[in-house]
Amino acid sequence: MSDLKPVILCIEDDPQIRRFLRTGLGAQGFEFREAETGELGISETAARNPDLVILDLGLPDLEGVEVVKRLREWTNLPILVLSARSLEGEKIAALDAGADDYLTKPFSLGELLARIRVALRHARGGGPDGASVFGVASLKVDLSRRQVLVDGQTVHLTPIEYRLLTALIKHAGMVLTHRQLLKEVWGPNHLQDSHYLRIYMAQLRHKLEADPAQPRFLLTEVGVGYRLAVE
Amino acid sequence: MKSQPHRRPDPDALLARAAREDAKRKRGRLKIFLGAAAGVGKTFAMLLDARKKQAEGAKVLVGLVETHGRSETAVLLEGLSLLPPRTLEYQGARLEEFDLDGALAQRRGLILVDELAHTNAPGSRHAKRWQDVEELLEAGIDVFTTLNVQHIESLRDVVGQITGIRVWETVPDTFFDRADEVELVDLPPDELLERLREGKVYVPEQAKHAIENFFRKGNLIALREMSLRRTADRVDSQMQDYREDHAIRQVWPVAERILVCLGPGGQGERLVRAGRRLATALRGEWIAVYVETPALQRLASEERDRILMTLRLAEQLGAETLTLSGPEMSEEIIALAQQRNVTKVVMGRSRRSGWKRWLLGSVVDAVARAARDFDLYLVGGEEPEAGGASASGPEAGQRRGAPGITEMRRSSPRRTRGYPWSLVVTVACTLAGWALLGVLAPSNLIMIYLVGVVFVAARFGLGPSILASILSVAAFDFFFVPPYLTFAVSDTQYLVTFVVMLIVAVVISNLTANVRLQARVAGYRERRASSLYAMTKALIVTRQEEEVIRIATQHIEAEFECRTAILITGEDGRVTKASGSPSSRAPLEADLGVAQWVTDHGQEAGRGTDTLAGSQATYFPIRGSIGVVGVLALAVPNLRRIFVPEQRRLLEAFLTLFAEALERVRLAQKAQSTQVRAETESLRNALLSAISHDLRTPLATIVGASSSLVEDTGRLTPPAKEELSRTIYEEAQRMASLANNILDMARLDAGKVSLNFQWVPLEEIVGSVMARLRRRLEGHPVGVTLAPDLPLVRLDAVMMEQVLVNLLENAAKYTPSGTRIEVAGHQSADGKWLEVTVADRGPGIPEGEAERLFEKFYRVPSQRESAQSGVGLGLAISRAILQAHGGEIEARNRPGGGAEISLRLPLEEGPPVPDPEEAVTKES
Repeated sequence: MSDLKPVILCIEDDPQIRRFLRTGLGAQGFEFREAETGELGISETAARNPDLVILDLGLPDLEGVEVVKRLREWTNLPILVLSARSLEGEKIAALDAGADDYLTKPFSLGELLARIRVALRHARGGGPDGASVFGVASLKVDLSRRQVLVDGQTVHLTPIEYRLLTALIKHAGMVLTHRQLLKEVWGPNHLQDSHYLRIYMAQLRHKLEADPAQPRFLLTEVGVGYRLAVE
Repeated sequence: MKSQPHRRPDPDALLARAAREDAKRKRGRLKIFLGAAAGVGKTFAMLLDARKKQAEGAKVLVGLVETHGRSETAVLLEGLSLLPPRTLEYQGARLEEFDLDGALAQRRGLILVDELAHTNAPGSRHAKRWQDVEELLEAGIDVFTTLNVQHIESLRDVVGQITGIRVWETVPDTFFDRADEVELVDLPPDELLERLREGKVYVPEQAKHAIENFFRKGNLIALREMSLRRTADRVDSQMQDYREDHAIRQVWPVAERILVCLGPGGQGERLVRAGRRLATALRGEWIAVYVETPALQRLASEERDRILMTLRLAEQLGAETLTLSGPEMSEEIIALAQQRNVTKVVMGRSRRSGWKRWLLGSVVDAVARAARDFDLYLVGGEEPEAGGASASGPEAGQRRGAPGITEMRRSSPRRTRGYPWSLVVTVACTLAGWALLGVLAPSNLIMIYLVGVVFVAARFGLGPSILASILSVAAFDFFFVPPYLTFAVSDTQYLVTFVVMLIVAVVISNLTANVRLQARVAGYRERRASSLYAMTKALIVTRQEEEVIRIATQHIEAEFECRTAILITGEDGRVTKASGSPSSRAPLEADLGVAQWVTDHGQEAGRGTDTLAGSQATYFPIRGSIGVVGVLALAVPNLRRIFVPEQRRLLEAFLTLFAEALERVRLAQKAQSTQVRAETESLRNALLSAISHDLRTPLATIVGASSSLVEDTGRLTPPAKEELSRTIYEEAQRMASLANNILDMARLDAGKVSLNFQWVPLEEIVGSVMARLRRRLEGHPVGVTLAPDLPLVRLDAVMMEQVLVNLLENAAKYTPSGTRIEVAGHQSADGKWLEVTVADRGPGIPEGEAERLFEKFYRVPSQRESAQSGVGLGLAISRAILQAHGGEIEARNRPGGGAEISLRLPLEEGPPVPDPEEAVTKES
């Protein structure tokens, strides 16, 4: 039945993009809903209770951040924002306001589907949160035992490195802004010290990655934050 | 003389006339009602004429008319509109003056202003009423005015001689001569006296006094004659103009040139007036010259001021004025006379007389001996009373009130120091003579003293040398002339020795004093030349208007020891204060109103001039090739600093230099903005062509491929469909990156980018670039070598990622598939830079194109045109980004083949780094 299909609401003013998403996502087994403006999108979300919202940040009526904030007042459903390149500030603001992930236009359907999958998994409470062991390729982290293995070898991490890694694992596959990571690992007093984060991330890469200059797991989202690869 | 008579009019004269007429057309017309004395009916005649004009439809305004209580005149005022006078308080008295601004504001066609020679109350814009009238005329307003003949400047002395009354209020002849019309209001003396007695001119008591003094019949006859003659002169000169117009030339074949030589002493003004009369009578041009000899440079400054005033008077009366300096006055005069083809030389009587004249000669005699080509006129007359006979009106008082003068202090300490030296030298000579007593005869011993006297004369001047000669003679007499050790002289011939010594001392000290003075004068000139040179040199290298103003202000302030401000005249003719920081510690607050007047009229104003003399500073127009470009305001503690002729010339040289520099800079700026516009234009064209080519090509592919898919009727095989889809995808990607590049460039060009600086490890950027380009770099093995322990570098990560993306994309694009690309990063040897290179093994960069790679829209010419995509912006963007980071980027060929792009980023002191933690093993 159709009630098994995940419902995706797309808030986007450009008809061509909506058309492309309708076709693409429809073919992938999603139920697709559309809204042209921020206000319509918010009321539609309340009415339809979708599983995920795709939100364009360049809406004619409302600031993207504003829409995210108003949705976050009452729902935890995953929000995926779309934005043009070179508007990093806008993306970060949306992410810090509670959006779960972002995509830069132009994007491919494949990228979008991957993001949706991750977001839905998180929303369902599945994924790493439930399991005590996280693994991707040669990296294995046993959260209950606080053990980190690369290629079966134990790696020694400092407390901060470990906290950083677990923060990323908690949101595996999703982007975390510098601010979010700083807050989670160092606490609210170090939100401006993004170089702390960069130094520890580099250390972590040197311990976990085969080639730290071409990382496999700990990916950089330039100007925004970091993402732990899941595939 | 030498010129043959022409049938045709002199073209230069015609041109001058044309220019004059042109100026006249814009200028208002001036009509002067000239009378021999008060009471002849000038005002009456003027009012009658004005009523006639009004009847003819002219808009007449009575600016100021003094009826002196004459009822017949007052009647005429009825029906004419009157301008209310400006009243001002001066020393408790209420004075009524002509309201110039009110008159200008009314914009009437004709304004009546009585009493042209009137002196305005202190605090008025101009010192004299005729200057007010001048301004009215310049504003294009016609003026009727009245004038008594005794007020004409060049007639002042004559009037004084005839009537015994000195007239202080005068109108320059040049102004009078420029009047368009002069109407003589004539009344025979008897009738005038009759009117006077009837009380029609003055109230009875005044009239009685007047008749006894000024209005004596003899005076009236003389004045009447003068006014008739003066009017006749004007008719004459009109006749001459007429002749010039009509090519009647022979009548005035020879241009007379009169040279008036001014010297010290009080007869300067008399000479100037005589010269003026002579020049007018002969219709010649005239030159007033002052030759400053070393002796005259030692004159008291009041004397020099007086000469200065005389020169200014000459200038007002239409003379060309010159100041020369040389050792001999007569030589300079004769040289000038020959050089300028002077026909008549006017000089004052010699001041030397009797034996002095016989012994030392006089300038007049010397000039008279050389007077072959010119006639010599000597002007007689007694020395006028001491003091300010030379100056007139309020300006004179003001000038005398000027602070003390400190120029060329003559009492040098060296002189007083000289007297002890006379003694020392004499003692030394005596000792030397004593030592040589056996060797030399006494008559040769005196030579030793002579050397000593010469030495003292040369070094210490007249006084010490005379002392030295007296001491020498005494010592010689005492020690070497028998009877020894007494002052008694047995032989009278030693008296001759004494006299010779004295003469030698005087002559030599005079000579050396002159030489020293000349040297000092030369030194001043040298300094002036070098300060001009210094400013020229400084101005040559300037490119900015503010800089030009700053340099000029600095140099002028240094040279004239004053405070200055330069105001700039814009293209609309408005004066504004120059922008930029003032150069001096106490900048001068310039009055914009005065400056505007100076700009509008092209004349100087302010302190020390006739206009707005109450200002703090003196304002000079700065003339460029196309008019007044600015105004210089100068506040000097002592006006002499700028009004002495040589200083004036220096100031003018400064201003000319400044004007030239300013115009040059402005032209350069204009040229540059034109060039910038042209460059922008060519950039826009390049952009358009790039977009039209590089956007259309992928678009054509996309449209073609997608239409194949859309219109497919089931004949395309699945692999063919996939191929088409892939093509569309790739072309779309290409367009996306193109659009990104163009947008980036536009943002960088517009300066809209604010960099988001963060402390970032290079490794992280390289990593994200490698991840982003994974697909594009397929087929090119990429080696990344980053030095261990690279410090964090402060940069905008998004921008720097774009730079590396551009470099790697280029490397992949321009090199054959399968060749290796190297990315390397290390710290420079001095530790100040982070250096990153992207190197390939492709065809390399064509010879000499390395720099051009970074130009916008430049692409390496290649046979494989179709293989390249992009607009040639990648490297231009990269350079712009690097520059914004304070870094550099350059391209070169690699040894062993291929190209290498390297960039350098400045390394700064890093941020506080968190304390290292202990590694804690997380294991069970």
